[in-house]
Amino acid sequence: MEVPAEEESAIEGRREISEPELRAIVESLIFVAEEPVSAKTIAEVIDVDRAAVESAIQDLEKDYQARPGGLQLREIAGGWQIATRPEHHEHIRAYLKSKPSAKLSLASLETLAVIAYRQPVTVPEILEIRGVQSPSAIKTLLDKRLIVAKGRKETVGRPMMYGTSKEFLIQFGLKDLTELPSIEDFQDLAGGAE
Amino acid sequence: MEDTSQALETEKTASQPAEAPQAINVAGAQPQIAPDHDGDQLKITLGEFEGPLDLLLYLIRQDQINIYDIPVARITDEYLRYLTLMKELDLAVAGDFLVMAAQLIDLKSRMLLPRDPLAETEEVLDPRTDLVNRLLEHEKFKAAAQMLWSRATVEHAVFKRAEIETDKNNPEVAVGLFDLLKVFQQILARHKEEILMEIEREEVTMAEMIERLRNMVRSAGELNLITFFEQARSRRELVVAFLSVLELVRLNEISLRQRETFGEITATGVSPA
Repeated sequence: MEVPAEEESAIEGRREISEPELRAIVESLIFVAEEPVSAKTIAEVIDVDRAAVESAIQDLEKDYQARPGGLQLREIAGGWQIATRPEHHEHIRAYLKSKPSAKLSLASLETLAVIAYRQPVTVPEILEIRGVQSPSAIKTLLDKRLIVAKGRKETVGRPMMYGTSKEFLIQFGLKDLTELPSIEDFQDLAGGAE
Repeated sequence: MEDTSQALETEKTASQPAEAPQAINVAGAQPQIAPDHDGDQLKITLGEFEGPLDLLLYLIRQDQINIYDIPVARITDEYLRYLTLMKELDLAVAGDFLVMAAQLIDLKSRMLLPRDPLAETEEVLDPRTDLVNRLLEHEKFKAAAQMLWSRATVEHAVFKRAEIETDKNNPEVAVGLFDLLKVFQQILARHKEEILMEIEREEVTMAEMIERLRNMVRSAGELNLITFFEQARSRRELVVAFLSVLELVRLNEISLRQRETFGEITATGVSPA
């Protein structure tokens, strides 16, 4: 008689998480995670259905949007993250005593744009589009872990191919690469800008 | 809704180089030639020309030329004048600029040549097409770079929580009293081990063993080898002891005697004759 009762309570202890409680747990996990954390990881950690976690995240997202608070819940690089809103950056910087971090040079940004849209892409292909050599730009991007080597192209000289990294998505606030505007959209923009 | 508009606001103000001096001058990457105060001299601001395509695009946009119908002769002249200017200013003209100059001159000459009357009319391509495509492609990526710059600017204004104890920077902070005790015990245990190791490692070298044997033979006159070997405290020392006996026999310093079959062996010193 005693044994089945024990078993029951063990199952109960593992499964019985109410919706508001799950939402709270999910929120706390997203908060403590050092990097954007995926619904899959959260589901594995608290041992519940991934669908339940996903719906909890959706509820949370609605809460965050409805609340005029200082934080946002956002999807980034295939995971979820709690972060401040950009409009308060001055006060946050003042508190943190931080200066805006060093930005990428124009050459590095252009090189990064070519790599982001044409990946995997080789150095000669980048040269063709940019019209100038970009060895230092590529080194900078590799040092900042924004791009990674993606193997060699099976062509003359077997040049190294480059593509963007997860760090790129994080640094540029992107869910994934499809969130980048289409390169063809820049045609009109570029033509009409001058 | 309000949030989005505010975010855009940040983006807009930040992308204006005048208001953000640390910003990259993407939109304003244009040279300016303006008369000096006297009016005699021209003051030149070169801007950030990343390469020949940038310069060419600038020249085309400056003259408001239709990019699909570039007057090659005129643009080539302007381009070459610009290179001369760069040389006069002692600016190192990168090889890429010279390559483009050569390509422009080549294009100019091809434009002057009459079209091959035998060639099928549909097959005749405008020689400028390649260049135009490259320019348009380049311009698109310049715009894309600007988009990335805006995104990065907004993203730099977004902050994540500060690092907490469990982050990889300082994992050892997450320790309780019992962890501390455990570590202390481990250190104690290791200390004991070390002492044990020291005893084990107290090894006698071959030279020391030979010296010991020599002294024992000299002081005792006659040495029972069993007594000598029994002093050995380890298997290794025993081997060394045995080898030292052999060595001294070889050097003719001691001689060995066995009085009866299977009897004890004694070592005696050999007096140097």
